[in-house]
Amino acid sequence: MKIENIKVPGKLSKKEEDLRESFLRQLEVVPNSEKIKTCIQCGTCTGSCPVSYAMDISPRELIALFRAGDLETILNSKTIWVCASCYACQTRCPALIKITDIIYALKRLAMEKEIYPPNFPVHSLSESFVKIMNQFGRLHEARLLVYYFLKTNPAKLFSFMPLGLRMAKKKRIGYTASKIKDLENFKKIIKKAELSDMPREVIEKAYLEKTVGYSAVEKDTVLESKK
Amino acid sequence: MDYTYYPGCSLESAHSSYSDSVKKVFNHLDCNLIELEDWNCCGATAYMSVKETVGFAISARNLALAEKHKRDLVAPCSSCYTILAKTNRYLKELPEFHQTINECLKEANLTYNLSVNIRHPLDVLMNDIGIEKIKQKAKHNLNGLKIANYYGCQIVRPERGFDDREEPMLMDDLFEALGGVNIYFPFKVKCCGGMLMTTYEDVAIKLSKEIIASAVENRADCVVTTCPLCQMNLEAYQDVINKEYKTNYNMPILFFTQIMGLAFGFNNKELGIDKLLIDSEKFSDLVIK
Repeated sequence: MKIENIKVPGKLSKKEEDLRESFLRQLEVVPNSEKIKTCIQCGTCTGSCPVSYAMDISPRELIALFRAGDLETILNSKTIWVCASCYACQTRCPALIKITDIIYALKRLAMEKEIYPPNFPVHSLSESFVKIMNQFGRLHEARLLVYYFLKTNPAKLFSFMPLGLRMAKKKRIGYTASKIKDLENFKKIIKKAELSDMPREVIEKAYLEKTVGYSAVEKDTVLESKK
Repeated sequence: MDYTYYPGCSLESAHSSYSDSVKKVFNHLDCNLIELEDWNCCGATAYMSVKETVGFAISARNLALAEKHKRDLVAPCSSCYTILAKTNRYLKELPEFHQTINECLKEANLTYNLSVNIRHPLDVLMNDIGIEKIKQKAKHNLNGLKIANYYGCQIVRPERGFDDREEPMLMDDLFEALGGVNIYFPFKVKCCGGMLMTTYEDVAIKLSKEIIASAVENRADCVVTTCPLCQMNLEAYQDVINKEYKTNYNMPILFFTQIMGLAFGFNNKELGIDKLLIDSEKFSDLVIK
């Protein structure tokens, strides 16, 4: 779905223009995302949001900032990472804006461009999750917590000990990760899908790297699976 | 009736009691749950926030596997339910995207033709099996057990699914029919904080506290939920809440199928009620009274 005619007042910086282009591309996979144009700034989203009190930019402000051409401020805010994706805003929006899904798109944009609020490693949780998934095809909860806290705050692992022991006593901790049988084909799906997720310049760079020079001799290239 | 069953990662380990009780309840009502062979994780909210297409592609792998059986797919975990349903909806609404995903699935010799219905057990119990049959099959009465019905966010949102998004009633109807009392509970679809419990603990603690406080104020005997993550947040963190807010909550948090199971005559062990952190075994005595 192409979103056209979203005009911004004034002239954007080069960085902002680049962010904007990537963001609009992320929105292409959200059905009806063009409704973002119809925001009336009523604030129903902020009022419905159970965590807006902990945000530095409210959901209403987020949309205003986007329309004013300031994605960089949004990406530097805590807001997109505090969203628990409960969809309260999205179901109540009178203009039918897909706010929660748009926040997902912003999370992906932040990871793609590596712009995060200072001292804020929340994205590590998603990254740890993805790492485990790619390895086993299923999630192993205990491992997820260990990976995440090792990355962010190893001391916190100890504060989980009492709860861990209580859970263990009730036989509620899985010690071994469950693995899917057809992991090989599962990984093939991921590999193929990753191609569509990559920013265009990365694919083009890979193309150059794989078709020029020694590495072009290698057999198993990204591009072969692209065909 | 036969259904394909998608347990999800959480029901495999920390919340096996949910899985056990769902299976018990369905079997008691002459329904078979046949586990989807070699299912993979749905991707939850985390994958969607990192890599969109990959998130949808792995979720669609489950749908493609389920399609072969021509049965509805039942997913008890709210997160799995909402992600699988979202994938289904997106693929239907965006034909080009559907094509992209099918190209990914082709790598594993799979293809998905959009014919699977994603169902939540609550939906199946109330709309396919029906309240009359459930009442017939009940052995015991819930004897006025005071229940706070907590639906959580993800089974009723974002799209209007099988129940209202602001004031769902199916669980209320279910327990009323079984002899329970549904207390006034305005927090039935408020967010518990979800994954924020690991990333922003203080925020999630506040949200969970408000939910439990409302149940306590309205004198509930227990909170009943449909979601493993809600169950975890509300139950396991009551200690932390008590410390932080100087309260002394000790509110049992059960899965809705566990309470149903009690009415059907199963014991605590069969329903995994003995695995709960907050002692809830007393309810079986109340029901059999």
